[in-house]
Amino acid sequence: MTSDRQYFDEMLSGADKVREPYSDYEKWFIQEDVLRLSKKAKEAEAFFRRTGITFNVYGQAAAQERLIPFDLIPRIIANREWAKLSKGIEQRVRGINAFLYDIYHRQEILRAGIVPVELIAQNEAFLPQMIGVSPPGGIYTHIVGTDIVRTGEDDFFVLEDNARTPSGVSYMLENRETMLQMFPELFSQIKVQPVSDYPKNLRRSLAACAPPNCQGKPCVAVLTPGIHNSAYFEHSFLADQMGVELVEGHDLQVVDGRIAMRTTEGFKVIDVLYRRVDDEYLDPLNFNPSSMLGVPGIMDVYRAGNITIANAPGTGIADDKAIYSYMPDIIEFYTGEKAILKNVETYRCSDPDSLKYVLDNLADLVVKEVHGSGGYGMLVGPAASKKELATFAAKLRKSPSNYIAQPTLSLSTVPIFTKKGLAPRHVDLRPFALVSPNSMDITPGGLTRVALKAGSLVVNSSQGGGTKDTWVLED
Amino acid sequence: MKLRIQHTTKYHYDAPVSYGLQQIRLIPASSKHQTVQSWAVDIKGGSTELEFEDQYQNKTLLVKADPETTELSVDVVGEVETHCSDGVFGRVYGTAPLWHFRQSTPRTQAGRGVRKLAKTLQKAPDILDGLHALSSAIIDAAPYSMTDTEAHTTAEEALSAGGGVCQDHAQIFVSAARVAGIPARYISGYLMMNDRVDQDASHAWAEAHLDGLGWVGFDVSNRICPDERYVRIATGLDSHDASPMSGIRLGSARESMIVSLQVQQ
Amino acid sequence: MLGKTAGGIYWMFRFLERSENTARLIEAGFRIALTRSKDPASEWKSVLTTAGVLGQYDMKYDSYTGAHALDFLLRDTDNPSSVLSSIENARTNARMVRTALTTEVWEAVNESWMALKAALKSPVTETKLPAVLAEIRRQTALVRGAVHGTMLRNDIFDFTQIGIALERADNTARIIDVKYYTLLPSASYVGSALDNVQWETILRSVSAHRSFRWLNNDDISPATIADFLIFDSRFPRSLSFCSRLLEDNLGYLAKDYKFRMPCHDMIDAQRERLRNLDISSVFDEGLHHFITSFIRENNALGLQIEQDYRFVG
Repeated sequence: MTSDRQYFDEMLSGADKVREPYSDYEKWFIQEDVLRLSKKAKEAEAFFRRTGITFNVYGQAAAQERLIPFDLIPRIIANREWAKLSKGIEQRVRGINAFLYDIYHRQEILRAGIVPVELIAQNEAFLPQMIGVSPPGGIYTHIVGTDIVRTGEDDFFVLEDNARTPSGVSYMLENRETMLQMFPELFSQIKVQPVSDYPKNLRRSLAACAPPNCQGKPCVAVLTPGIHNSAYFEHSFLADQMGVELVEGHDLQVVDGRIAMRTTEGFKVIDVLYRRVDDEYLDPLNFNPSSMLGVPGIMDVYRAGNITIANAPGTGIADDKAIYSYMPDIIEFYTGEKAILKNVETYRCSDPDSLKYVLDNLADLVVKEVHGSGGYGMLVGPAASKKELATFAAKLRKSPSNYIAQPTLSLSTVPIFTKKGLAPRHVDLRPFALVSPNSMDITPGGLTRVALKAGSLVVNSSQGGGTKDTWVLED
Repeated sequence: MKLRIQHTTKYHYDAPVSYGLQQIRLIPASSKHQTVQSWAVDIKGGSTELEFEDQYQNKTLLVKADPETTELSVDVVGEVETHCSDGVFGRVYGTAPLWHFRQSTPRTQAGRGVRKLAKTLQKAPDILDGLHALSSAIIDAAPYSMTDTEAHTTAEEALSAGGGVCQDHAQIFVSAARVAGIPARYISGYLMMNDRVDQDASHAWAEAHLDGLGWVGFDVSNRICPDERYVRIATGLDSHDASPMSGIRLGSARESMIVSLQVQQ
Repeated sequence: MLGKTAGGIYWMFRFLERSENTARLIEAGFRIALTRSKDPASEWKSVLTTAGVLGQYDMKYDSYTGAHALDFLLRDTDNPSSVLSSIENARTNARMVRTALTTEVWEAVNESWMALKAALKSPVTETKLPAVLAEIRRQTALVRGAVHGTMLRNDIFDFTQIGIALERADNTARIIDVKYYTLLPSASYVGSALDNVQWETILRSVSAHRSFRWLNNDDISPATIADFLIFDSRFPRSLSFCSRLLEDNLGYLAKDYKFRMPCHDMIDAQRERLRNLDISSVFDEGLHHFITSFIRENNALGLQIEQDYRFVG
């Protein structure tokens, strides 16, 4: 076992020196037979295929379903590390919700000059239809995924907030399930905080946000764009785990001023809709009229206070990459506290000086599109060819305000299991927070994404990333 | 001035509609400039599912077509007492911030034509004069014409077509004002005409925001500022936002529409 | 449950049943073409007719050869009823209604799909055919086993049975429809070698060549075969059995939901008619006439169920 010295490795802090959270695991690991583990790895893949834990790849043949590769070495976080992280996430999510309320009401933060008006005014993620709307329970983002990277023993940075419809939680749950099946003995030796309450908590937290006129037990449903969506597995998984219906737009109608689903016994009212359809496609009557995935009139029912939509429409204004660089100020403005979790240093290319710096140092930076997602519109400078750099520089010059740039972070590594033994790979972490009117619930751990290619910093599943089970140890 | 309005919109579908929704913005609100004395909306062939205020505080109804209907009609009858305002609506603000009225929409996105027209504003000695000049310039460039445009025509398209109706004039106006950084909005409503009672369609005009005066109205089509003959119904960034009716329906039925409108003292 | 989910369940099980039925038709056709028939082309044509895909086949090929027919029935994705298309459709529906299925049923369908996609990846040679057909039977049986062993007996289960019953009744009726003339008592060479071949084909198509002998003491005649296929309620592919399966499960739905729908009147009428008939009255009415109206009514019943339980908006 060797450690890549250039980066902080979460398991091996030096040659043969195991970091404390991994010590028990390492004791178990060195006694394991590599052949047995290889067999287990194959079993895991067969298990994922059999259970259909796949994602669809856009732009490929219709029936293309791919597995997100799973690595059997867990990513382990000590409880004290997690305590700090979760406190930081909680603070950040509180800030995001307060920001969203403010931005769709009095806009104190704009008046105070903390966030420039143009940033909101010129942002497509700002949804005029939400102006003045107060969602039930006052909550905008019921489910938040915060992307966090680590660069050193005490250095955690938030890379991105996902306040719209963060995905990946099904992998967090299935990864743990797989580990429990493959290595039950490990979990009796090492005490790991459970994640399996997530679906129960999600349902409870959604139900707690039911509209005031909901009678009896709130009816919760999950709205999916359909089986061809890349995250369909997750949609059906979550509906199944929560014990609620999985609906598509054409299952729903406006009935007596509410949204109701077509059942074999007639129409049944839905109180809380956990939607996994983007704002633009959510309501063809109010947004994109050509959308086939949406529910006509749902925005009106929402504005009349007759349904809860989770997450609320218009939350994208909080996780836009252009807003990101203001997040520490936003948190301080609403909570009165300094942000616990740091932001990555960010150059706004709309600013001429920053643009110049970015163009001069393109080969060392990561450049991201402000409205993009999934790593497609992104440039990883150190990994790009001269030609790619030149092409991207031209794009940057053409529309600088579409981009932000960040230094290439020395993302921490965690070993993955290979035929030749352990090998360090870069990881990030997406913990999931559930927000309800009186509480916030952050599942210990989250989804660890890992770049499977040696040296690669891109962890996105659409770009060859894999996942790991994430352990937060009990004390 | 007391105005009596009777407005019927009748949709006919050439095949039964299994499911259809209409958003209806036809309810005026009382303000310093108008007092709604009576107002009734009657729907046939559909049912009112709910009522809400949109982001511009327009009272909006969501109406569902009765299953398998081939006709949907909306009857509005009411009386409004208007008070003279000299075209100044004033410093009355809703929840939407002023900067929002500087945002363009697909229908009011300025092109070369509108941007050229917006230069009128720079030449004038002050903003108010500039806006009046802009209003005149618009009606000169695109005189009233029923045949050049339709419901989805954008400001820029109407301008290059060289003609349009009140909707187009108001959209060109807000588009040009926003180019100059002036908050501007689209108003739909009714206008009593001195020479007739029966009208073909409801009316539309524009408002621009000036720091001292607040919102000031411009009826480009009639080359005047709104007075007591005007009843204001809905506000928005463009004709889509303030549209009296906008709908969606399942199936392939084609619709035709008949409007009957009387506005009188 | 959602109307869409009911529809998805119903179609999932219709397609599973269809893949199995197609495999059975192929098995019978292959065997007859191989062992008995002097005219394999007409045998394959008759198999394609029974599977209801002759028109589509004719658009693609201009002769009836075993290799083409096999490929079209097993693997061709242009043929919506091919085994591959059916299992693909069944699995797509299963994905859509996954929350209504137990893990076991979902995994069984998903594994069937993986196994059959692998088995049907390249053209199936005559040598490999028996193994492939056995695989199809085994996979569909696994799904059925998972359904019976793990699913709650609620409305979801009822819709699985309704889908199976309608598809199966349609299949058996079409087998009779295509071969009805060999079952007419007036056929001139009763008991001839040709008849024996045809009758065996029919019984093999419904996998009943052995059970029929057990039940009928080898009394093979048009009347006993027709009676067996239509009326024998011990035989799980007979029209009578399917009809009762439908009656039972539609009945459970009515009880569960506490309301009856127009489809209940239709199934009652069908049951009543079958109860009041026997094989000789069917022959009096005209076997062909009886069977074509049964197929029509069976389809109408399917459409009525779709409407009554709001499968689509």
